[in-house]
Amino acid sequence: MAFQEIKVPDNATIAEKSLAWVDSRFPLTKLFKEHMSEYYAPKNFNFWYFFGALAIVVLAIQIVTGIFLVMNYKPDAAKAFDSVEYIMREVPWGWMIRYMHSTGSSMFFVVVYLHMFRSLIYGSYQKPRELIWIFGCSIFLLLMAEAFFGYLLPWGQMSYWGAQVIVNLFAAIPLIGPDLALWLRGDYVIGDATLNRFFSFHVIALPLVLVGLVAAHIIALHEVGSNNPDGVEIKNNLDASGKPVDGIPFHPYYSVHDVMGLGVFLMIFAAIVFFAPEMGGYFLEANNFIPADPLQTPSHIAPVWYFTPFYSMLRATTTPFLIPLWILCALVLGMIIKNSKDVRIKGTCAAILVALALGFYFLDAKFWGVVIMGGSVVILFFLPWLDKSSVRSIRYRPDFHKYIYGAFIISFVVLGYLGIKPPSPLFEKISQVGTIYYLAFFFAMPWWSKMGTFKQVPDRVNFVAH
Amino acid sequence: MSDTPKMDKDRRTWLVATSAVGGCGTLAGAFPFLESFQPSERAKAAGAAVEVDISGMKPDEIRTVEWRGKPVWVVRRNQDQVKELTKLDSELADPKSLRDPAALTPAYARNEHRSIKPEYLVVVGICSHLGCSPTAKIQAGPQPSLPNDWPGGFLCPCHGSTFDMAGRVYKNKPAPDNLEVPPHMYLSDTKILIGEDKKA
Repeated sequence: MAFQEIKVPDNATIAEKSLAWVDSRFPLTKLFKEHMSEYYAPKNFNFWYFFGALAIVVLAIQIVTGIFLVMNYKPDAAKAFDSVEYIMREVPWGWMIRYMHSTGSSMFFVVVYLHMFRSLIYGSYQKPRELIWIFGCSIFLLLMAEAFFGYLLPWGQMSYWGAQVIVNLFAAIPLIGPDLALWLRGDYVIGDATLNRFFSFHVIALPLVLVGLVAAHIIALHEVGSNNPDGVEIKNNLDASGKPVDGIPFHPYYSVHDVMGLGVFLMIFAAIVFFAPEMGGYFLEANNFIPADPLQTPSHIAPVWYFTPFYSMLRATTTPFLIPLWILCALVLGMIIKNSKDVRIKGTCAAILVALALGFYFLDAKFWGVVIMGGSVVILFFLPWLDKSSVRSIRYRPDFHKYIYGAFIISFVVLGYLGIKPPSPLFEKISQVGTIYYLAFFFAMPWWSKMGTFKQVPDRVNFVAH
Repeated sequence: MSDTPKMDKDRRTWLVATSAVGGCGTLAGAFPFLESFQPSERAKAAGAAVEVDISGMKPDEIRTVEWRGKPVWVVRRNQDQVKELTKLDSELADPKSLRDPAALTPAYARNEHRSIKPEYLVVVGICSHLGCSPTAKIQAGPQPSLPNDWPGGFLCPCHGSTFDMAGRVYKNKPAPDNLEVPPHMYLSDTKILIGEDKKA
């Protein structure tokens, strides 16, 4: 088809003419309509729907403050710690840029955890939103990697020993482990080579992928449309012009709504930056104000709060713990064997169970700790297929589901709390219980999620105009 | 055209062949980038042996020296601690240092005290769990994070693994192995060379 210039009347304004010129060459107005002014979102969004937009803002804050930090930071084991102190003490306003970046990393996890919690309770990962969820989980995984790489850069004691522990996780893999850890470090110990490559990952490699995944997450969302607190599919109920009856244009309704949420969020953000940037050692740990010393581990090391639930599961995995763990696997696989009619599936499950028993016996608990820690994140990806509930939202699920979810949140928070504390026999037992519950929540979901009496889901969303 | 054109077998063969060659080229191109992650020649060269002067070390004293970027402890144990070592076997995961001896315990240290001389212990102070450096808890008796009948040893602050005064790991702890005894030898009664031993 031949090129067609969009025609505007001769008396149109300069702006109208310019827009027509651009629209003939790039789908600017079309994109704006598709993603903003004619993207119809359910009108019953509640508090939990602020966090996606907030996550985008925090990403922007991290990128902008990061760009400015790199202007003064030196990725060199001999200079890194001093260059961060230089930023804090001598670069005009450097302290604020750095505190915004450090607060931003913690707040990123705050909003992302709340965003994920929203999806969990309203079933936003269910068909047809599986890919949105998978992109989202990939973003979460990448964010953890990004935070981990970034945490080495100040080259303090926590940076150093934290990186030492995490890189050594890979050394627990049988056969290739030690060589893999060496390959990741680029030296026999965490050193200058490690710092430089982590810097490269943190400032360019991961952010590029992260931004791409965020775009994929949003494109997938806008393709199928947003879920809502009632879990009602608004596209099933269209008006004469083909718009969802319960939908309102994202712009201006939710753009303005999100700006209000952003205002409240930025007040909290600013209060942390100005009054409690270290957050009592939770956002910036005291030991990280001591330069890295390869000869001495601080007397108490713990990861930053957003990693601690997973870290607790790593610590909980000792040799005696492998027995209850195997029993849990045996129960789940036993259920599959009992319910399945296919001999091949029965055989595979039995084989897995035997392999696990052998593996638990012959391989170190250290390796299984790493498997559980990694697996506890990876299992999130499978949520759309583990959940067999016929309704999305917690509002219309049997009441006992609420207790299961409640206990899941409590155990996650308790695991997080224990991960900050020094090891002790009692805490070890509690974190083992928490780990079993976390795993059982997902492993047993195909069964419990379809049990009980479901409530009637309404045809239209619940909405009371203010 | 309504009908799908018939597949040209000759063209398809060339398509597969070029894709395969291109794929090999991509893999070959990735190789130098992946290899660049390996330790550099300079990092490999920085593994020289270090000398420690142990004259004037008192019982219970620990000296930490850096060897290949890792802390190596030279510990002078007192007589009670040396005697205690033989009584702990039932509580230790690997009292005889049988696990992976080639990497962890040189032949001359495969004994109850894991050292050449019973009094002096030389170990790499890196926990075999995830690489933290354990803290010396040489004093016996009850202390935070330790059992009440603690006989003295080392506690890893990261995940709570405990080691006895010969760097042997206690049972049911996250760490699977004893602390590594580095290759070392006595140059004289008061000098230890860490990083080299005479293979007799």
